[in-house]
This record gives sequence, structure tokens and C-alpha cells, in this order.
Amino acid sequence: MLYREAGQFKASYKADQQIFPIRQDRIAIGLILAFFYLVVPFIADQYWLQAIIIPVLIFSLAAIGLNILTGYAGQLSLGSAAFMAVGAFGAYNFMLRVPGMPILAAFVLGGLCAAAVGILFGLPSLRIKGFYLAVATLAAQFFIVWALTKFGWFSNNSSSGVITAQKVEILGYTFASPRSKYLITLVVVTLLALAAKNMARSTVGRAWMAVRDMDVAAEVIGIRLMRTKLMAFAMSSFYCGVAGALYAYTYLGTVEPEGFNLDLSFRILFMIIIGGVGTVLGSFLGAAFIVLLPIGLDNLLPVLFGNVLPTGITSNLQLIVFGGLIIFFLIVEPHGLARLWQIGKEKLRLWPFPH
Amino acid sequence: MNFFFEVLIGGLLSGVMYALVALGFVLIYKASGVFNFAQGAMVFFAALTFVSIMELGVPFWPAFALALASMVVLAVVTERVVLRPLVNQPQITLFMATIGLGFLIEGLAQGMWGAAVHGLEIGIVDEPIAWTMDNWGIGVSTFDLFAAGVSAVLVTVLAVFFNKTRVGRALRAVADDHQAALAIGIPLQSIWRIVWAVAGFVALVAGVMWGARNGVQFALTFVALKALPVLIIGGFESVAGAIVGGLIIGASEKIGEVYVGPLVGGGIEGWFAYMVALLFLLVRPEGLFGEKHIDRV
Amino acid sequence: MKLTKTALIGLGIAGALGASPVLAADQYVGMPSYRVGPYAAGGSGIFGGMIDYFQMINARDGGVNGVKLTWEECETEYNNARGVECYERMKKNGPTGNTVFHPLSTGITYSVIDRATADRIPVISVGYGRTDASDGRVFPYIFPLITNYWSQNTVKIKFIGMKEGGMDKLKGKKIVNLYHDSAYGKETIPVLDVQAKMYGFTVTHLAVAHPGNEQQSQWLQIRQIKPDWVILRGWGVMNPTALKTAAKVGFPRNKVLGVWWSGAEEDVIPAGSAATGYIAAGFNVSGTNYPVMKDIQKYVVAKGKSNMEDKSRVGSAYYNRGVVHGILTVEAIRNAQEKFGKGKSITGEQMRWGIENLDLDDKKIKALGATGFLPPLHVSCSNHEGSGLVKFQRWDGKQWKVITDWIQSDQKIVRPMVEESAAKYAKEKGLKLRDCSKEG
Repeated sequence: MLYREAGQFKASYKADQQIFPIRQDRIAIGLILAFFYLVVPFIADQYWLQAIIIPVLIFSLAAIGLNILTGYAGQLSLGSAAFMAVGAFGAYNFMLRVPGMPILAAFVLGGLCAAAVGILFGLPSLRIKGFYLAVATLAAQFFIVWALTKFGWFSNNSSSGVITAQKVEILGYTFASPRSKYLITLVVVTLLALAAKNMARSTVGRAWMAVRDMDVAAEVIGIRLMRTKLMAFAMSSFYCGVAGALYAYTYLGTVEPEGFNLDLSFRILFMIIIGGVGTVLGSFLGAAFIVLLPIGLDNLLPVLFGNVLPTGITSNLQLIVFGGLIIFFLIVEPHGLARLWQIGKEKLRLWPFPH
Repeated sequence: MNFFFEVLIGGLLSGVMYALVALGFVLIYKASGVFNFAQGAMVFFAALTFVSIMELGVPFWPAFALALASMVVLAVVTERVVLRPLVNQPQITLFMATIGLGFLIEGLAQGMWGAAVHGLEIGIVDEPIAWTMDNWGIGVSTFDLFAAGVSAVLVTVLAVFFNKTRVGRALRAVADDHQAALAIGIPLQSIWRIVWAVAGFVALVAGVMWGARNGVQFALTFVALKALPVLIIGGFESVAGAIVGGLIIGASEKIGEVYVGPLVGGGIEGWFAYMVALLFLLVRPEGLFGEKHIDRV
Repeated sequence: MKLTKTALIGLGIAGALGASPVLAADQYVGMPSYRVGPYAAGGSGIFGGMIDYFQMINARDGGVNGVKLTWEECETEYNNARGVECYERMKKNGPTGNTVFHPLSTGITYSVIDRATADRIPVISVGYGRTDASDGRVFPYIFPLITNYWSQNTVKIKFIGMKEGGMDKLKGKKIVNLYHDSAYGKETIPVLDVQAKMYGFTVTHLAVAHPGNEQQSQWLQIRQIKPDWVILRGWGVMNPTALKTAAKVGFPRNKVLGVWWSGAEEDVIPAGSAATGYIAAGFNVSGTNYPVMKDIQKYVVAKGKSNMEDKSRVGSAYYNRGVVHGILTVEAIRNAQEKFGKGKSITGEQMRWGIENLDLDDKKIKALGATGFLPPLHVSCSNHEGSGLVKFQRWDGKQWKVITDWIQSDQKIVRPMVEESAAKYAKEKGLKLRDCSKEG
């Protein structure tokens, strides 16, 4: 009853192809955005903002990036963290070396650096597929982290290869408080998420999906394979790069190349698998799940077992439960949390008269 | 020139150690199409179980048998809890499930046996043989030769197992075509159990060898990363490919580090193998011994 | 949130007494521990030692001037993002918030520098973390106490000089610096280069890719170079592998000199007999033959309350390092209480003062029962390192044997480099230096 699109007629192609074709969706998105822009900054305390919401947003962005590549274009990648590193170090160097560089421009340029590197490492995808490609993207992962550690120029010759993000300043206003950092992160993430949603329904997005479903067939119907695949790599890396820049500037403040290790790449991959491959919504749900799950376990398990088990065991139990839950989720809902939402929508459509 | 040969031989022998780990990946991929990322965790689990049982005062072979038994139990449980419910899912889902499985096994191993590191002496010294040193000026470690011997035996045993036994033939049938294998009455699930158990055995051997070399500790899980480029070069489906790939990766990695490394600042071993593998792939996209796939529209 | 046993007991006692008008004050320390993953051996040892020391202080002295120590653990898995979450989660806990943060990970240290400075919570990083934070003018809340990497490195060269029969004998010697290819590993390269020029030895830097479980090519190169000494700057599995591979190529282990993160039992036991004769630096020593360790044995371990699952690790290098962390924390709290009120819980800001004015001379260390266990320490506004002393230990196949007394580092080399690096940081961040002549 509440969620019924009957009666919403589309009189033009434009209306039919808009990002959110259903009115209720538009309202829901509007409400969610309003909640995050107008309510969250006032109700969330510093802990929630700095330790949970900001990282969830940033990881969502990285997950969207990976989703573009894996979910939409069907190319498995295990190097997302490295592209985040390129974005972070790129933005840092633009801020450092170009006087008066606006911070948002530095984020974009950092993302573009990542995109360029992404194209480079995307080239093998023209010939390699599946797990062979996945392992090949590991080359990007290890090589980039190595290069950032090895060549002092990237970190302005700091003896340990660590960079410290400059102040985030726009038009003389310094984003120092957690709330302001949250807002700037939110703005960037919202814009890019909408852009991703938009891209998915455009020519490029449909070409990606065609390539994902079967690249030979896509080529036959006239999609230029090379351009489409490289475009996916570039776009995906751009998103990861911007996420990396945010990671350095609005979240951690100081980052080292090893922070962007294979572990982080896997975490991002988990996010899209748990959240739902090929959906933007799933990227957010997955990121929230993967960030919150270990924290939740860390809070919960000691309460349950703290007096019975030694701390070493509870820590290991966390890992076991984390691994177990991932398997459980894959078994119960292989299409991810976003699929649950879809099922919910189907139900809502009929509710309250299911027959 | 002696130095070059020394590096080359050292590299080839290291490559054998990589191949030992890669074998486990190949077995599972061959029979069930699962890219088992938990293989590194299995190596760690097997070695830690083995060494912990030994430290309780159990002699070598009984401890080995007990550790093997634990790997078989692990295989059976994995098949029942992870593989069976996920049958017919896309490969990437299974891949992710094995990463989850990896976390689970790591937590299990450290939870059961503690976080302490262990030394493991199997009675083979890791020192250069005096004879080769004196005559050729090339140092070859006894332990490395032993490891090469173990791998050779292991590969032979596996080859015989695959080619000559009933179960082995069934395994190959499953690898060729699940549906057809099922149709002629091969029980898929018990085949998977066997394959995972055999992979557990390979993990145990690899774990003991690597453990004797660097100690039994969490870092054993990282040896999986050394095995991946080997897999690409050798192909995911080929036992022989794992060995040949291992040799190629081992040798090129060492030669790269010694001769190319100094030009760019060293420490290139982490990615050099992957780059070599990548170049190989550009020429042969399915690895040296991989099965060629023909895409049909 | 997890309440520790002591806190529960403390509450129980306070509840039982009832008559006392105020609850006993607590001093809360949040611990971002890591007990799983590749570095679990270090995490469980060091945090175990620190917790056991706190338990001992609570049991023996009833806390610090009657203020019970309480603590809480938060699992980080040695992961920066998790570490930041732990920091944020724990910073407001306890009556006065988190007193002090021991990240025990260089990455997490970097990640919390800005936050801790803004939140006024001091960060202590003993023997790791940001070397240039030794300049307290730029980093008021960061304390890389005792000895930083650069100081340690000058001591190593001094030690080599002693072994060779004088610093002038270093001329023409060859030293290889075998380092873990990471932020941590690279850190000492500039100092070594400066010293190489100064003393006329040649130094070759060889990187080992993470995790370092394969070093054949590096050691073959070392055999080609035929160095007089190899400095091992390893981490985790890289250490036993280095010693094993050294044996494999026939390089004498008594010419291998390790950093303190290469100098625990966990680093040599996996290498078996290949480790015998290997020498490592340390700002603390192994062993239980110290009054402070005997007290821990008596009040904690013997009563079955030890945090260690494996009791045989009590007295190991990591465990004792944890005890050193405990001593520094407790003494800084005591120091702060002297100024801001005995028997009261102190805040992070007061703790900062307590650490910055920490002065542990020989007499105080003797009173703590820790003579020879940790070096004397004198922290000041400009010097957040405080000591710069290092001892060397040799692994005899069974245990670490101390082979030198405390050796002083060469601050003439280190200090200008620290100041230069800190000044660069201050400039990038647009920070103003504190004027130390005006600080109390």
C-alpha cells in the first residue's frame, strides 16, 4: 500500500529513465539524505562520527569504486587499497607542491592519479579473465605500496615514508571538528554515489553490464571492449582514489603506505560481496556491516564471556565469529544485503494485502 | 659466474617450497573449481597442530598422524558446512567464503594452541654442504635438497593417486565435468571431502617444511601469497604446472632481487613474482599448463 | 563495556564497606591490545606484562596512593582503523577519561597523533612510533620514551666500535643494514648514512620485502659483500628467517646485531640452533631475577591471576617490556599525583605533565626494584625521549644473556636530525613551537 508504483505514469523517456523512477524511492532518498545532513550532525557524538560514521562513508565510496569494476563490469580486483593509497598520496603531493591548491581539487586530482594508474593496471584485463586477472591485480597492490614506500619523493622525503595530511580548508574555513569533517566527507560521498547511480543507467553503465555478462557477445554487438574495460578500471580507481584521499584527510590524518595493504583490499571486497554485487546501496550496507561487525563483536563477546574466558580466547573467538558470519551470510543470501532490501520492497508492494 | 649459479640454484630450490604450497590450491581448484584462499590458513593450522602435539611429548610420526587426522576432520566439516550449501554459486562467492573460512581457521588455530611461536627441528640441518662449497664454490643447503626430494615424492604420489587409483580417476572425472560425473554415479560430495583432505595433507607437509625453515607462527599464512604467482604461471588446474611454475618463480624472483633489485632500491621480491606472472599471462592467458577455454556466444 | 576483575573487586569492597562516603578513586588506562594475527605473540606478551604489573601494584600497594588502576582491552588486530576506533571508544571511559594511550603499533601511533593532541590524552610509544616526536616542543602529547630508533642506532655503531677495538677502527669496515621494507624499517637509513660518513665505514642497505619469510637472495648478496657486521632491522617472521638464512649461507651469527624488535625469544626460538650467538639491542632485559619481577611472581602469578595464558613466558623479553610500560605509566601517574593531588584520579592533561616531568634516577629505579631492568630516565619539555640508553644481549641457545651495561647514544648526531625532522613536520602542519623555557 505504502510502496506502490501503480498510477505513476511515465509520459516521456526522460521520466522513464531517471535515476529513481519511483516516487516513493525519491521520497525515501530525500528523507535519508535529510537525516544524514540535518539530524546526524546533531545527535551523533564524537565517537560515532570519528570512529564509525566517517570510516563507513569512506569505505562505502571505495566499495562503490570496486563495485563499478567488479559488480558492473565484471572484472575481479584485489588491489582497491592500493588505488586508495595512490589517491591519498596524490592529493597530498598536490597540496604540498602546488601553492594555494583548493582541497577539493586536490581530492579530484588524487582520484585522477589513481585513475591513470588504474588504466595502466587494467591493461592486462584485455587478455586475462577471472581469477587469473584477480591475481594479476595483486601485482598492482604490491607494486604500488612498494613504490610509495621506496621513493621518498611521494612522502616528501619523510624518513619513514609516512605522510601527514594538511589542514582541510575551504574559503578560509578550517574543517577541524569531527562534525565539519563528517559533513565534507558526506558531501563528497553523496555526490559521487549519485554520480555512480547515474552512470549505471547510462550508456557506459549498460556497456559495462554487457561486458560483465559476456564480453565476447558484447563485442559482437558493437561495444568497444578495450574502451569499456579501461573506462571501468579508470572510474573504479577514481572512486577508490578519492576515498583514499578522504581516508587520509578527514579520517586518519596521518597515513603510511602499509596502511593500504592487501588486508584492506579484502575488506573492501567483503563489503561489496556482503552488501550486494552491482548495487550502489549494497556498497553502503556492506561497508557499514564490515566496519560495525568487528566492533560489535569486540563489545559483545567480552560481556558474554569476559569472566569465563581469557582475553586471548575472546579475541580469537571474534575472528572465528567474523569468519563464520561471512560464510553464513554468503550461504543465506548470496546476493547480499541489498537483495534483502529488494525482497523487502517486493513485500511492501503487496502489503498489507498479499493476495 | 659461480655467484649467478648459486643464486639460480637457491632460487630453484626456494621455488620448490612455493610449489609445495601451490599444490594445495591446484588440487582443490581442479576438483571443485574453488579458488581456496584458506590454503595459507590451513598450512598454519596444520603446522601449529603438529608442533603443539609434538611439544606434548608425542613422537614425530604419531604427531603427524594426529595432525593429519585433524586436517581430515577439517575437510569433512568444511565440505558439509561451507561447500555443500554453496553448491552452484558463482565462483567469486565461493572464493569469498574461503576467505571467511581462512579467518575462522586462523582464529581456531590460535585459540586452540595459543599465540606463541614455536621452533621445529626435524633433524635436517639448514646449512651449506661442504662438498659443493669446496669443489664448485656454490653453497647448496642440505635442507633445500631434502625439501626438493619431499616435493618430488609428493608429486609422484599425487600423480599415481590421480592416474592409477579408482578415486583418482573419479576425481579427474569430476574435474572435467561435474554434471557428467554425477550422471555416471560419482558421489560429488565424498569426492570433495577426499580432495579437501588431500589438500589438508599437502598443507601439513608444506607447513612442516616451512615451519622447520622459519618456525611455526602466524606468518605461515603468508606463504600463500608466494604461491599465487606460481599458480598463474603454472595454471590453476595443473599439478605439474605448480612445480614448473614454482621453479620459474623461485629462480626469476631471486635473480630479479639480486640483479634488478639494487637498481631500484631492493625489496622487490614482494611484487616481482607477480609482474613476471603478469607478463606470462599476456602471452598465455591461462598459464603454462592451464586448460584453454574457448568462449562461445 | 568490560569491567575488569579488579574494578569489580574494588566496587565490591567499596560496596561492602558502605560507610566510606566516596568511592575509591580509579585511574583508567585503555589498552588497544592485539591478541590475534601475525603479531599476537608481541601483543599478548607486552599487554600481559603491563596488566600483571598493574595487578601487582593494586595488590601490593593498593594502587597508586590508594587510587586503583583499572583497564580495559580493545582488540585492534594491529590494524590502524581498528586502533583509531579503540582510541575513540576508550577515550571517555573511566572517571577522568583515558589516562594514557599505548598504541603498541607504529601505524596506530601515527593515526592518533592529531586526535590525542586535540583530546589532550598523552600517547606513550616506548621504542617505536615517531622518532622525531622526541622533540617535545612540536609534539606536546607524544612520548617516544626511553630510546628512539635513531639513538639506538648510534649505540649499535658504538657497540661495533667497542668490539672492533675503538671507533677509529671502524674506518674501512663494511656494514650491511638488512631492513624490513616498510616505514619502520626505513627509519634508520639516514642516521646510518651520516655515521658512515663520520666514521669512514661503508654501509649497504638491503631491503627485505614484507613479510620476509624468504631471504635467500639478500643473504647471498651479503655473502658477496663479505661485511664485518650485519645490522638486522627486522619484524616478525623476518627475524628467525634472517638467522636461519645466515646459517644457510654460512654467515657467523655473532656478527649479526638486531634491533629490539628483533630481540625477543619469539624472534630466535623459531630459528633453533641457528640463532646461537646472535646479539640484539634492548631497552629492557629478559629474566626474572629482579625484585620487581619477584613481586609480580608473588602477588600475581603465584596467585593464579596472571594475564598470561602461558606462564613460562613470564620473564620473556616481551613480557618484561610490558612491565617497563607498566612502570613508566604508574610512575608518571604517581608523579602527576604529587603535583595535582595525592589519592585523586588525574586527567590526561595532568598525566602529560606527569610524563613530561618524569625523572627516574638510579635511586628511584632501585626503590622500584628494577636496577638494570630499565635505564634511568629524565624526560623534559624539549626531550620526550628521556634516556637514549641501550643494553645488548646475546642469545646463548637457551636464553638471553646481558653482555653490556647501559651504553649512551650519540645525541650530537641524533638531536639535530630529530629537530630538523620535527621542524619540517611543524612547518607542514603550520604548528607553533612551544617555548620550553616558559614551561614549569
